[in-house]
Amino acid sequence: MSAALAEERPLSPLRLGLGRFARNRTALGAAILVLLFVLAALLAPWIAPHDPADADLFRRLQPPAWQEGGDWAFPLGCDGLGRDILSRLLHGARVSLMVAALVIGIAAVVGTLLGLAAGYFRGWTDAVISRLVDTLLGFPYLIFAIGLMAMMGPGLHNIVLVLVYKEWVFSCRVVRGETLAAREQDYVEAARALGCGPGHIMLREILPNVLSPVLVVATFRMAYVIILEASLSFLGLGVQPPSPSWGNMVADGREFLVDAWWVSTLPGLAILTLVLAINLASQGLRDAFDPRLHQA
Amino acid sequence: MTASRLVERLLQTLPVLFGISVIVFLMITLTPGDPVEIMLADSRATPEQAEQLRRDLGLHLPLHERFLVFLGNAVTGDFGVSFFHRRPVIEVILERLPATIELTLAAMLLALAVAIPLGVAAAVKRDTWLDRALSAASLFGVSLPGFWFGILLILLFSVTLGLFPVGGRTPFDLEVARVSGFLLVDTLLAGRLDAFAAALRHLALPAVTLGLPTAALLARVVRSSMAEVLTSDYVLFAEAKGISRARVLLRHALKNALIPVVTVAAIETGSLLGGNMIVETVFGWPGLGRLVVESIFARNYPLVQAAVLLYAVTYVTLNFLADVAYTALNPKVRL
Repeated sequence: MSAALAEERPLSPLRLGLGRFARNRTALGAAILVLLFVLAALLAPWIAPHDPADADLFRRLQPPAWQEGGDWAFPLGCDGLGRDILSRLLHGARVSLMVAALVIGIAAVVGTLLGLAAGYFRGWTDAVISRLVDTLLGFPYLIFAIGLMAMMGPGLHNIVLVLVYKEWVFSCRVVRGETLAAREQDYVEAARALGCGPGHIMLREILPNVLSPVLVVATFRMAYVIILEASLSFLGLGVQPPSPSWGNMVADGREFLVDAWWVSTLPGLAILTLVLAINLASQGLRDAFDPRLHQA
Repeated sequence: MTASRLVERLLQTLPVLFGISVIVFLMITLTPGDPVEIMLADSRATPEQAEQLRRDLGLHLPLHERFLVFLGNAVTGDFGVSFFHRRPVIEVILERLPATIELTLAAMLLALAVAIPLGVAAAVKRDTWLDRALSAASLFGVSLPGFWFGILLILLFSVTLGLFPVGGRTPFDLEVARVSGFLLVDTLLAGRLDAFAAALRHLALPAVTLGLPTAALLARVVRSSMAEVLTSDYVLFAEAKGISRARVLLRHALKNALIPVVTVAAIETGSLLGGNMIVETVFGWPGLGRLVVESIFARNYPLVQAAVLLYAVTYVTLNFLADVAYTALNPKVRL
């Protein structure tokens, strides 16, 4: 009896979407690649062959193993201080992904809550939040981040803060729109008639229905945030040496461009691969969760 | 667009501009460290002189009054004195601006020159290899970190092939009278074709670095807008009348398909201004972007503040113009 009931119960939009996603082979492959990056980042201290800060000038600019003068103990070669590039890439993945995950996570929570409030209460709440959103959208992102980083000083903590200051806008905009539409729906009307308070209606009734767009926005914003963090670190405004970050590794390699192509090229390749994989996966998510967009 | 609608749209940008100036003001105010101390760092000023400077700068006033002073000054183009150059900030910025505008326009022209033919071709040959290759290239374009792309181009075209200079805007020994500040214009005015060619060679790689990823994005806009136009009645009618395919595409379809492209291009020009900081740093391009990055490390805050404000105001203005252009060009939309 209960089994029969369970069978008849319609699948939730989230599960339907995930099912569609799993059938898209490109997107699934990309998602697996992203997971591999995450795994590498998490396990970096254990799987990295060397200490990323271990410098040795005898190994200065040692080429990758497959080139003449290379050594399989340092498969991707060494940088200008003789540090192992593979180990630095693995530890750099930790920094990139941690910053991106923190920024996207915090921004999604803040943006969703403010978007719910703006869409549900409307009136002056909406006016204040929407003006703030418009204002933040008035800054080109990189300028905003560079300006604030310049004032607050570089560092991991500040980079997360600065990016969150602007990033929440994107989920807020989406959630606000969805909430405006949802509040006119019958189920919200019913909850209100039953005497539910605004908190209950927003978090228990509306929130579950706006989660999939938030998920889609969060993934494709994540790709952008990774590039942004790398750009700031490249300029010297983000993660500070000696902590390895892909952006400052590319910057480090600039002075050796003529003699040692691998120092700048490899970290950039890591950024491109990860960002491309995230973008492909997020495109798959968008298609899976919004079939209408697929045709556009 | 009617005049009243134009005014209304213009008024909508006012709160945004106000909000931007508040944020920029707060950026500088919340900076740790005393600006007076930074300015007097290498001088032997007495405490009385420091106090005098503090009063001259208006730093003794309460926050809201300082904001009003800042706003009043900003409107009249007074952003204070650049700590580093000991000259008015606005002067230093205006000096560097032409190089940045030149690079941005070159990148945008390149992007359009690449994106329009490719986008049209993809729309005409929908769902062929060309179409798929273009959408793959677009994805690549948005995933490419600009600073790294620039370095790859230097590695390939400057270091390995020796085709283009590694950086800078001119050869060291080149001197051309500064008239407009736009090197391509000034060299022509001076009648120096060799210098013009040299300037062009210096411009090539930075413009490609900035322009190609933009082209990827614009091509996608051209493609979808063209694909939509191609199925419209007037295009079908023109074809039915027996007008040649090329003529239908260029005279009838493309003209309308470009309307959304103009909008996106205007907005993207604003984003390119931001991307300039990275590209100018990579190529040692002596524009505003590099000046800002240098100023950050020199703790030259008034300049950073003025530049951020200028970039944001330009960005909002371009967005506004994009909106106006969209309605002006498109007879179907009456805002």
